Amino acid sequence: MTSGLMTGKRGLIMGLANDKSIAWGIAKACAGAGAELAFSYQGEALLKRVGPLAAELGSDLVLPCDVGDEASVDALFAALEERWGKLDFIVHAIGFSDKNELRGRYVDTSRQNFLTSMDISVFSFTSVVKRASAMMTEGGSCLTLTYYGAEKVMPHYNVMGVAKAALEASVRYLAEDLGRDGIRVNAISAGTIKTLAASGIGDFRYIMKWNEYNSPLRRTVSQEEVGKSALYLLSDLGSAVTGEVHHVDAGYHVIGMKNPDAPDITKG
Amino acid sequence: MSDVADRVRKIVVEHLGVEEEKVTENASFIDDLGADSLDTVELVMAFEEEFGIEIPDDAAETIQTFGDAVRFIKEAQ
Repeated sequence: MTSGLMTGKRGLIMGLANDKSIAWGIAKACAGAGAELAFSYQGEALLKRVGPLAAELGSDLVLPCDVGDEASVDALFAALEERWGKLDFIVHAIGFSDKNELRGRYVDTSRQNFLTSMDISVFSFTSVVKRASAMMTEGGSCLTLTYYGAEKVMPHYNVMGVAKAALEASVRYLAEDLGRDGIRVNAISAGTIKTLAASGIGDFRYIMKWNEYNSPLRRTVSQEEVGKSALYLLSDLGSAVTGEVHHVDAGYHVIGMKNPDAPDITKG
Repeated sequence: MSDVADRVRKIVVEHLGVEEEKVTENASFIDDLGADSLDTVELVMAFEEEFGIEIPDDAAETIQTFGDAVRFIKEAQ
């Protein structure tokens, strides 16, 4: 169906952790459509995981990057520039909060965790898009991942909800800044998926069940489904789409209250 | 050996790429089986999926050995 859609396109995937990652669903969809991929990782523990996954998709371009360090981001793009010269797309699947603050009350967020969360989850996208756009000489597409907790209060999401709201706002500003160069900037707001990152969120199993019972499609979504929607935004299929936050959440975001037929569920 | 122990052992062997004989009652995931901190989170996620249970963070931190995992899962079921 999508064979050849991304042939000749080169993209960087940032934030892959393991085969449960949303970034893995996106990487597989892009590679399946013919894209050539590079991956960035932070730290040895992640290299051990990202290396074999990259190899599975035929990529040997696996580069270190700590998005909290400007010199590290510069080094990543210098390496890409040297190897590829030009870039067509990037996928940013990076976020961070101290997991002790992903439970309890948002009002108790510490200054330090607030600043770190905003730096790693929000500014990092702006920072990599700036450098990536300089390599997108024939236009390009940038994609980040967000969550409904940016728009409405979700249990335990706390400072990440505030950070994702800022990330979504930055998608709109970046879209305006880069549109004249033919570079599109979008976000996917994915439904709840059990990933390594999600394992830090309290009561996650309950949240998954709630979504399954109450979304219009009456189910949760898979990494592969996010991958298919990402392919649309990253490829020429989405050529007139920019500044968009696209929900891939089985429709959950349109729902105003509990489905009366859904079972009453309790925690635990 | 119970069915739970066999299923847990299978997950550990596959995930950490260790020999089955090494996965003994007191084998520590980190000290004896070469797991890193992400492995321990991934193992807990795999146990949750396999047994359909939720292992909260504070409980996950107490699961250090193969025996700990089997005991916790049996109680949670």
